[in-house]
Amino acid sequence: MPFVTANDQKSTYDVIVVGSGAAGGQSAYTLCMDGAKVLMLEAGRKYTAENETPMFQTPDMAPLGGVATTDKVFGFYDATVDGGWQVPGEPYVRATEDPAGAFWWWRARMLGGRTGHWGRISLRDGPYDFKPRTRDGLGFDWPINYTDLAPYYDKVELLIGVYGSNEGLENTPNSPPGCLLPPPKPLVSDLLVKQRAGRLGIPLIPGHRAVLTRALDHKGNPARLHPGNVSAQKLVAEAMRSRSPCLWATPCNRGCSVRANYQSITVHLPPALASGNLDITTDAMVYEVTLGRDGRANGVNFIDRTSGKQRHASARVVVLAASACESVRILLNSTSGQFPQGLANSSGKLGRYLMDTVGSGVAGQVPLLESLPPTNDDAADGHQLYVPWWLYKEQLAGKLGFARGYHIEFGGGRRMPGYGTAAGIEWLTGGSYGVKFKQDVRRYYGSFLSFDGRGEMIPNENSYCEIDPGGTRDKWGIPVLRFRWQWSEHELRQAAHMQSTFADIIHAMGGRVRGTVKTDGAKAIAPGGFIIHEVGGAIMGADRGSSVTNQWCQTWDVPNLFITDGAVFASNADKNPTLTIMAIAWRAADHILERMRRKEL
Amino acid sequence: MDRRTSIKWVLAASASWPVLHARSGWATEAPPAEPLLALKGYGTDPDLLKTYHPGEVWPLTLSTVQRQLAAVLSDLIMPADEHSPSATSVGVVDFIDEWVSAPYPDCQRDRPIVLAGFSWLDAEAARRHGKSFAELAVAQQSGICDEICDAEHAAPERREAARFFARYRDLTAAGFYSSPVGRKDLGYVGNVPLARFDGPPPELLKKLGLI
Repeated sequence: MPFVTANDQKSTYDVIVVGSGAAGGQSAYTLCMDGAKVLMLEAGRKYTAENETPMFQTPDMAPLGGVATTDKVFGFYDATVDGGWQVPGEPYVRATEDPAGAFWWWRARMLGGRTGHWGRISLRDGPYDFKPRTRDGLGFDWPINYTDLAPYYDKVELLIGVYGSNEGLENTPNSPPGCLLPPPKPLVSDLLVKQRAGRLGIPLIPGHRAVLTRALDHKGNPARLHPGNVSAQKLVAEAMRSRSPCLWATPCNRGCSVRANYQSITVHLPPALASGNLDITTDAMVYEVTLGRDGRANGVNFIDRTSGKQRHASARVVVLAASACESVRILLNSTSGQFPQGLANSSGKLGRYLMDTVGSGVAGQVPLLESLPPTNDDAADGHQLYVPWWLYKEQLAGKLGFARGYHIEFGGGRRMPGYGTAAGIEWLTGGSYGVKFKQDVRRYYGSFLSFDGRGEMIPNENSYCEIDPGGTRDKWGIPVLRFRWQWSEHELRQAAHMQSTFADIIHAMGGRVRGTVKTDGAKAIAPGGFIIHEVGGAIMGADRGSSVTNQWCQTWDVPNLFITDGAVFASNADKNPTLTIMAIAWRAADHILERMRRKEL
Repeated sequence: MDRRTSIKWVLAASASWPVLHARSGWATEAPPAEPLLALKGYGTDPDLLKTYHPGEVWPLTLSTVQRQLAAVLSDLIMPADEHSPSATSVGVVDFIDEWVSAPYPDCQRDRPIVLAGFSWLDAEAARRHGKSFAELAVAQQSGICDEICDAEHAAPERREAARFFARYRDLTAAGFYSSPVGRKDLGYVGNVPLARFDGPPPELLKKLGLI
């Protein structure tokens, strides 16, 4: 099979794709299914879901009960290899010691990138989200509309499998018939939140996640995905048949050995590999895009991590899909006489307008949920219901004090007991121990809820990355990024609004808030990068002076150089970015194929 | 799995909600500092499929006497009752020994708290009864613990001891509820493959006024 070492690569390819996560996976899939010869370069090691995923392992089988440590910051069983906000030997730098200016950069070094670990929440951006500046005068408009991307959202949903429902709510798009899988049944706690938040005018609707609540339609979907391309239809039908529906157990962030949820290695890469058009080299740390005399990219330089040696790979087209900041870093490190400030940076906008998602949370305890009879609350691992942003009109009328919205994710139920089940519950028990303590834990188990806001950040001039002027290099000798970060009042007020809203919901359930409600937005908001939705840095736009790429993810400066990851986002709606990354990557890949057919690339 | 920072507050909520909870506990912790990665834990790419036992990845470090005290205290906190056996019978002492011996920052922070707490208990037992804590009658042990079990309302001179007790109770519960016995005690019926997910029974929803 076409996993190749640096020595076994072909002398040249049609396209090099840097990165193997959502963006790289989608780019390679689309290109390969239409016959392009692709080399995928992944910085991390090879990783296989089928025989590496701890599906039913319980806390007692792991060190320290599986609790998160500095080695595995999302828990022992999280599907992250050599990753986290710190990667061994691959530092980054902050421009200030001030925690308010801190950016946390999450990376993973593994095939599939962050798609093993991710939350699988798959929401479409809506019409407003592509034209935010037109709507409220802030940030940037995208050079595309929702209608430009809608067909690609359809395709991604049909390919990867997303559950959800069509509710017709404002700026919360419906999917065409047949795109969405049925949502899972809500839990008791979900329905209580729905009832009580509903009384406050806060709507709850089924969540959207990339989990197969039933098998994909392997007869119907392939023809909708690849009309007229019989071989692609066959390959994707076969790949769909090999995926099992959800087993209604085990957390999705461990990955899924039966391929019931989306991760790049179980959904995008198998059909791409089966096409015979994809070569993958892992342990290939790309650090530079190389430029020919004609001003076009002719390949990339990378470190072969197995030997430590510098290597080169050649192609007609280079697609960067290494994650927003890593793609930016590669370009900033690709300097030449023509591009002394970094490749494709004639605008000076490379690294600018980094955005994350605004995050803030409140937890509480609800007496109505105490001492309930045992129920299996595993469902599809959460997000049965969620709250889409519901105050568009009030916001546009200027009544809220912040310009952009957030959605609410929440969780409750009788989840796998473990480290946290009875931790810190003195505030409820008064410090019981002995038999009474065991009784108390039984009573409170399943009565806790946590609410997390996920809100839109407006891009600003003070949130960006650059090559560290101090000259820091990683263990491969590659210059590292330095980050600067600043929230605006819009984000801080939004975070404070989240806190008071969550407290209101908890109180409406007759519950008690854990800890204090943070009315100061600066205290309520999570650090930049903490929500791991970082996008921007090479934003797309309508003109070359103010953006790095055009609407096709094609850099203005180098016609055969594309960026298909979150770096091109011109705004970062409250909707989690991964689905949009895939839709954009698919659209860009279609454009690349078309231009290659026209011999323009 | 819960992110370590969750200890502080968010983990009053249920245990395994990795994505949501993990990202909620940020406020109390500094980002993991680079040098910590050099410590010898299980590393950033451990085998996730094998079953681990305390003492296997890093050595256990509590002395025999300390483990005896740990056993007595854990069973005082979580004794056998009609639903489940005691903490020590499910290996909680090994869990706690593994925890305080581990190279990770949270564990290293807990280690002196636990060891100082052990010393305090023995000193208090000696002061009151002329014996070590483990040698006391249960009523005498409870007499001491009653004064430190509620950190918020403990007397000022016992605040430190009460903070230890709260932490120790959390660790005991962590070991207990991580075990199959703990899961059974709480009536956890998940983590089994199902052909379909039916959600909660209608009678329950009706009783709660949700349908």
